[in-house]
Amino acid sequence: MTTVSEELRNVAPEKLAVEGVSKTFRTQRGHVHALDNVSLNVREGEFVCLVGPSGCGKSTLLSIIAGLESTDSGQVLADGKPVTGPGRERMVMFQESALFPWLDVLGNVLFGLKLKPNLTGKERREVALFYLKLVGLENFIHANIHELSGGMKQRVALARALAPNPRVLLMDEPFAALDALTREQLYGDIQRIWAERKKTIIFVTHNVREAVCLGDRVVLFSPHPGRIQEKFEIKLPRPRDINSVDLAKYSTEITRALKRHLKPETTEVAE
Amino acid sequence: MTPQQIAERATTEPRWIRWTLIALALAFLALFVGLPLAAVFVSALSKGWAVYFAAITEPVAWAAIKLTLLTAAIAVPLNLVFGVAAAWAIAKFEFRGKQVLITLIDLPFSVSPVVSGLIYVLIFGLQGWLGPWLQDHDITIIFAVPGIVLATVFVTFPFVARELIPLMIAQGTEEEEAALTLGASGWQTFWRVTVPNIKWGLLYGVILCNARAMGEFGAVSVVSGHIRGLTNTMTLHVEILYNEYQTAAAFAVASLLTLLALVTLAAKSAVEWRVRQQLKAARHSHDEDLLT
Repeated sequence: MTTVSEELRNVAPEKLAVEGVSKTFRTQRGHVHALDNVSLNVREGEFVCLVGPSGCGKSTLLSIIAGLESTDSGQVLADGKPVTGPGRERMVMFQESALFPWLDVLGNVLFGLKLKPNLTGKERREVALFYLKLVGLENFIHANIHELSGGMKQRVALARALAPNPRVLLMDEPFAALDALTREQLYGDIQRIWAERKKTIIFVTHNVREAVCLGDRVVLFSPHPGRIQEKFEIKLPRPRDINSVDLAKYSTEITRALKRHLKPETTEVAE
Repeated sequence: MTPQQIAERATTEPRWIRWTLIALALAFLALFVGLPLAAVFVSALSKGWAVYFAAITEPVAWAAIKLTLLTAAIAVPLNLVFGVAAAWAIAKFEFRGKQVLITLIDLPFSVSPVVSGLIYVLIFGLQGWLGPWLQDHDITIIFAVPGIVLATVFVTFPFVARELIPLMIAQGTEEEEAALTLGASGWQTFWRVTVPNIKWGLLYGVILCNARAMGEFGAVSVVSGHIRGLTNTMTLHVEILYNEYQTAAAFAVASLLTLLALVTLAAKSAVEWRVRQQLKAARHSHDEDLLT
């Protein structure tokens, strides 16, 4: 666990700063306090995992950082400038791949590149092919989206998100819908790509092991209202194997902390 | 008997029941759909092709055909825009009064077309709320083309919206959000993501909307005034001819409407197939999420 002062000592420049963000949703069943005064700093090139039970506001925070959702109070700074809307600098990857089914694999990766000015058609194609190769889909560029497996779809989504070369990658439980074996492959891939391409990644998950496997830091959320409870520094060498014993120690510690923060909640419900 | 045959026996009716049901359905279909359909064309051609073509090409009939096409050409695009806007609002946003809006969209389906026509007479007619003002400014709506267009727009406005709402709800907003983060503007997202996503549902709605716009009788009859060559649509023209005992001519014009119906049906089933595929795909990916 780190403290604020420890964080300040770090020398890498700050990429993202979440400052006192609160958010309440109005639904048919009343108000949901999704985020309550959440602050978080992410350094350039850092891999941060947000962990918590469903409904703790971690996905909402990701949407706010992406600029897809507004804040009630507080703000998000990207490179020191307030985030006012979505932008190519901060790319989002969703749990549902959110691919465009009327385009083929290459078409999906080209989508964002076509919106980028100052690129010739040939350059766009080269960039798209480069990223498709990076995710291991170079033999499927003309495949139909409907023909792909869940893991392949997420690879396309990853290539599509990487192609416009964003500095920040925001991933909202991107592997939650996949089987364990495919997931493990993707853990390896995402660590490799992160190291090679020097991205800053914020990764939302409810899987503690996954968070420990991927993150430099694991940030623990608790629900109702969504708050940051603890932050853990994961000092394990990379690439990490999700089945290693050292990793299991960390995830046991974090899981205990998670349960501790959930306890008052459950007793409250029981009353 | 193989186990498969036994299983089949347990879940299906005996053969004679199946055949009786099929025969019954076919007999009904022949009696109530096939026979009248054939009768339209037989009667239309009862006095030969010459009379048939004369009935269609005489100036009054031609004026009615043109008016019908004009009405559809105005009503369908209007309802296309309205339908997309309404479905968009209902599927993508949470707001107060959403259920009321959905119910209101269905209103033209539940109200008798005659009432729909009368509503416009009450508002725009000479004795209506806006009648005196309109007369002062020399604007005629009732018993004129604008009234016919208004009534048609009212009667046909649920078609596109009704078709798109379930489709857009099933598809959700993630693809649009993905496009936005990829750098697309709102307008680009609409044209490059939303429209390709809904195009088959949209086409289906437009086909149904067009068929109703051209075939509407009740509401149009109330506001039209039946002025030959000016405010008669095809359906009204058929009625007039029929009342004047010009049976062959009436059926000749009716056969055009029937042909329109057949073309609509063919186009509808082709598009329907695509829409079902798309809905299945959207729901399927949605179900996969729910499993995790």
